[in-house]
Amino acid sequence: MEKRVIFKGWALPLALLLPQLVITGVFFFWPAGQAVYQSFLREDAFGLSRQFVGLENFADVLTDPTWLDALWRSGFFSASVAFLALSVALFLAVQADKHIRGAATYKTLLIWPYAVAPAIAAVLWLFMFHPNIGLFGRMLNAAGIPWNYKLNGDQAMLLVILASAWKQVSYNFIFFLAGLQSIPKSVLEAAAIDGARPARRFWTVVFPLLSPTAFFLLVVNLVYAFFDTFGVIHALTQGGPGKATETLIYRVYTDGVMNLNLGSSAAQSVILMVLVIALTMVQFRYIERKVHY
Amino acid sequence: MATLQLRDVRKSFGATQVLHGVDLDVAEGEMIVIVGASGCGKSTLLRIVAGLEAATSGRVLIGGQDVTPLEPADRDVAMVFQSYALYPHMSVFDNMAYGLKIRGLPREQIRRRVQDAAELLGIAALLERRPRQLSGGQRQRVAMGRAIVREPKLFLFDEPLSNLDAKLRVQMRAEIRRLQKRLGVTSLFVTHDQVEAMTLGDRLVVMHQGHAAQTATPMEIWERPADTYVAGFIGSPAMNFLPATLAAGGTAARLDTNGLVLPFADGRRPGEEGRRLLLGIRPEHLRPGVGGLDLHIELVEPLGGESVLHGRLADGTALTAKLPGALHAEGPLGVIIPLEHLHVFDAQTGRRLDAQA
Repeated sequence: MEKRVIFKGWALPLALLLPQLVITGVFFFWPAGQAVYQSFLREDAFGLSRQFVGLENFADVLTDPTWLDALWRSGFFSASVAFLALSVALFLAVQADKHIRGAATYKTLLIWPYAVAPAIAAVLWLFMFHPNIGLFGRMLNAAGIPWNYKLNGDQAMLLVILASAWKQVSYNFIFFLAGLQSIPKSVLEAAAIDGARPARRFWTVVFPLLSPTAFFLLVVNLVYAFFDTFGVIHALTQGGPGKATETLIYRVYTDGVMNLNLGSSAAQSVILMVLVIALTMVQFRYIERKVHY
Repeated sequence: MATLQLRDVRKSFGATQVLHGVDLDVAEGEMIVIVGASGCGKSTLLRIVAGLEAATSGRVLIGGQDVTPLEPADRDVAMVFQSYALYPHMSVFDNMAYGLKIRGLPREQIRRRVQDAAELLGIAALLERRPRQLSGGQRQRVAMGRAIVREPKLFLFDEPLSNLDAKLRVQMRAEIRRLQKRLGVTSLFVTHDQVEAMTLGDRLVVMHQGHAAQTATPMEIWERPADTYVAGFIGSPAMNFLPATLAAGGTAARLDTNGLVLPFADGRRPGEEGRRLLLGIRPEHLRPGVGGLDLHIELVEPLGGESVLHGRLADGTALTAKLPGALHAEGPLGVIIPLEHLHVFDAQTGRRLDAQA
């Protein structure tokens, strides 16, 4: 049931909304508007001259082979992060849903990584996998496996995927666990009596009942991987070696902040903005039509 | 279709023992109702038969085969749950076909069996629907259908009627009984409702605190309850109990309340003079009249053709009478106890005392 509160007059509702509106306006709409404005301009690096160029920045970006490379890289990176974070979280949630000793401790520990800031998480992984000072990095090299993510692009990609996925597992875990716990025990017992073994029970009963949760998480994870992993990549690889870990969001930063190519960077942000709006719309449309069991 | 045997089934959850050694023999095609108050262990017993719960000790045999170590999937039983437990994401057809698909039956055979069961239950028009589009009674039928199509050795019912409204419950009760007789499948039915138990079962198991207090046909339980618990549990309103002592060399009982001596109609009971007894008399067997008990009626519940009268004896003992007619007033009333309807129990153990031959 929808609950409506009717206010008399304008002053109170406006005062209650104002803080949120101001924050959204100053930190979102204003910079977003700036980005849209700048995406139509070409500016020299010192900001001394600017010129209106229409859609030329967009045309340049969309035909730039290095940008298209970054697009594919982002796609691969996001899909991998989402797949890894979702599957690991689902596995852990299924384990946590069983009656195990110390389940409460186990659940709490699993939720902790979500509270860790991206950059801190990256440093944690750096200390584990740095080829010279990292515990696992040294172990790998000592075992004869050449490990150096600063030289090997594939290894660098693997590392940022692992670090990014690790951070997202907690969030997914909470949702999956809640989803699992909302499945009535008797339905699973009915399936057991109907002759379904645990694996079959999982794929024919549990997983379909979790699919609304899983879809919601898929979108959230894609958005996370596309836009929220800047900190992890920046702290671990700075997009390198070469451009091996340069995703779209990292490229916006490189082009805009490092190379001061503001027009192109702004155009890239606008494209990303459109992308996130599209994902959010898919999400909303889906939630409206969501099937309630 | 198969027999079912339980051999000394015990179950403890930690330190709490909920089943204290239950034995049961169910013949082929028989419908056994397990009845008892909540917490008596009846559902646990059913779940042990299904394999959803492991017995702490004891054995379960289905069709003579020891299934104690087997998973539910390997026992070839079907269960109807109180919550129906339908698969919410599957159509009615898929709900019913699920168990058959797992067994790898040919598609055509599955379709035919589901269709037949659906027609038997009158849900053939609903096969494409999802469970959430069905009413409670329809869901109940689907749950039944899911059990029927499997053609299992054993039907297990875990209070399947308690979520239905009163009218539908009576209707489904008769329908379950008809179906069970027609299909001839050995069944266990758990309920807390004594009317359900009396009407459905070939035999009843009355459970009390983890023991099978009595296993017998409904009429036998009603006419010769094994102890005061069974006597009080089966029958509505519940049986009256009056404290008394053994008198006249074991051929009569002397009521504590007014010293009235009631000679036993069927013979003498063992024991010394003065042995403590509880006399049971069903409310419907009391008759108005003088020379019996003097009752003060506090409440009259008219039921149409008959009335339930709640009253007290002079010493405060509560007594209920069910008398024909609706014209009864509160106030004093004399009732007599027909001797042939007297039940005699030992006051200490609560066990029934039968007449000696």
